[in-house]
Amino acid sequence: MTRTTQDLAGLFARMTGDEKHEWAAASTLDVLWVLYDRVLNISPANVDDPDRDRFLLSKGHGPMAYYAVLAAKGFFPPETLDGWTTFGSPLGQHPDRLLLPGVEIGSGSLGHGLGLGVGTALGLRAQGRTARTVVLVGDGELDEGSNHEAIALAGRLGLDRLTAVAVDNGSSSHGWPGGIARRFETEGWAAETVDGRDHDALYRAFTTSHPGRPSVVVAEIDKEH
Amino acid sequence: MTSTVKIMRTVFTDTVTSALDLDPRLAVVTADISAAAFAEARARHPDRVINVGIREQAMIGVAGGLALAGMRPVVHSYTPFLVERPFEQIKLDLGHQDVGAVLVSIGGSYDDPAVGRTHQGPGDVALLDTLPGWTIHVPGHPDEAEPLLRDALAGTGRVYVRLSARENSSAYPVGGFVPVRQGRLGVVVAVGPTLDAVLEATSTLDVTVLYAGTVRPFDHAALRDAVAAASPNVVLVEPYLAGTSAHEVAAALDVPHRLRSVGVRRDLEVHAYGTAGEHDAVHGLDAAGIADVVRRTIS
Repeated sequence: MTRTTQDLAGLFARMTGDEKHEWAAASTLDVLWVLYDRVLNISPANVDDPDRDRFLLSKGHGPMAYYAVLAAKGFFPPETLDGWTTFGSPLGQHPDRLLLPGVEIGSGSLGHGLGLGVGTALGLRAQGRTARTVVLVGDGELDEGSNHEAIALAGRLGLDRLTAVAVDNGSSSHGWPGGIARRFETEGWAAETVDGRDHDALYRAFTTSHPGRPSVVVAEIDKEH
Repeated sequence: MTSTVKIMRTVFTDTVTSALDLDPRLAVVTADISAAAFAEARARHPDRVINVGIREQAMIGVAGGLALAGMRPVVHSYTPFLVERPFEQIKLDLGHQDVGAVLVSIGGSYDDPAVGRTHQGPGDVALLDTLPGWTIHVPGHPDEAEPLLRDALAGTGRVYVRLSARENSSAYPVGGFVPVRQGRLGVVVAVGPTLDAVLEATSTLDVTVLYAGTVRPFDHAALRDAVAAASPNVVLVEPYLAGTSAHEVAAALDVPHRLRSVGVRRDLEVHAYGTAGEHDAVHGLDAAGIADVVRRTIS
């Protein structure tokens, strides 16, 4: 853990009341931190800029890590975390884009983010914009057939400004024999599988060039962590 | 109004094809159905005419993403594959994200019954009616389809345009309800392509006929005015599920009234092929069936 992600613990505790375990166990924490800290051109200053990069949290369950990273990056004041899930709070168990600037999509029902991401990438391409679109999905979420419509389509359309990050903590009931990356590669994606806690490996995977093809980064998370 | 030999589907593809040349925000998303009709437009605008293959969930998801990126998506398929199969995508990828799109269906409730139940979508308007923010057009003539489509393309909201091969002999102005016939014993609201049958059914009856080419928003003021000028007997004739707009009639009228609804029956699935006219007869959507209900309602 870097010193910076350690700092997220205090933000996490404002929601969970547990400083010891929950924040570090969040499977998406390191991926989110690397994306917002080192990869994506997204900040509180450019949330309305049509050329900003887009991050779509498809797996909307357990968004505490997402909220903690957004708070750490100044998208909203840390005090906002204290009231999460209350009626007037912009923060709920699943994010709502209408309530929180910087949140690109409302999510929670699984299997919606990749389709929206493909459309976003197509819309940016049609306008001649080069912004990236990154969609975070979970390995369990990939059970939903809608993902496979989007995966095939993005590959055929050669959406090289689209990246999926599949956080794999082995939560899919029936699993993915042969690995998740293979599902994407067969459809024409560039794929890399890395340790989902290794910031430098994640950074390299997110910044590897993949001309003419979308890319997927499979971020493996050890459930024992 | 002038008549045209174009069917509504051709009006749709022609209108959108020409609008693509003028409006850089517009994008078309198809799932194979009618994709060939947009081939020429796709050649001119390859980034904005997108055929996703037979993937209806992706079709709506892509539309939502296009809208999030600032585009105006037009999405098109056969009624059940546009509205029913990807319904959660309509609810979440468009509605919940609060982005706009123009959904254009063909096939109506049972335009071609020879293809069977799988290609029938009489529940489309009722389903969309469970979601806030949808404008719903049910044109009854190709000449009504064009201005409704042009208006929808130019806007930013969520619009459903229900095209059909069934059509009336004449077109009427689009917008609110249009009084077609005045009478004293009741008011018949004819939605979209049901008008010709309604006019035939009521030709010897002393009733007002209101024509509705747009049902959301429902023209409460026009209905109130018509009911105020006649006995408060209302017959609602819709080419999709019977009574889909009954709650709108109830909300519009603040006087005691009688309401009867004619439309596709909710109590059975018609396991039969044949012609649309034969199915009209089963549902009471033919002139004889409508006349029977109107007579009993005004007596």
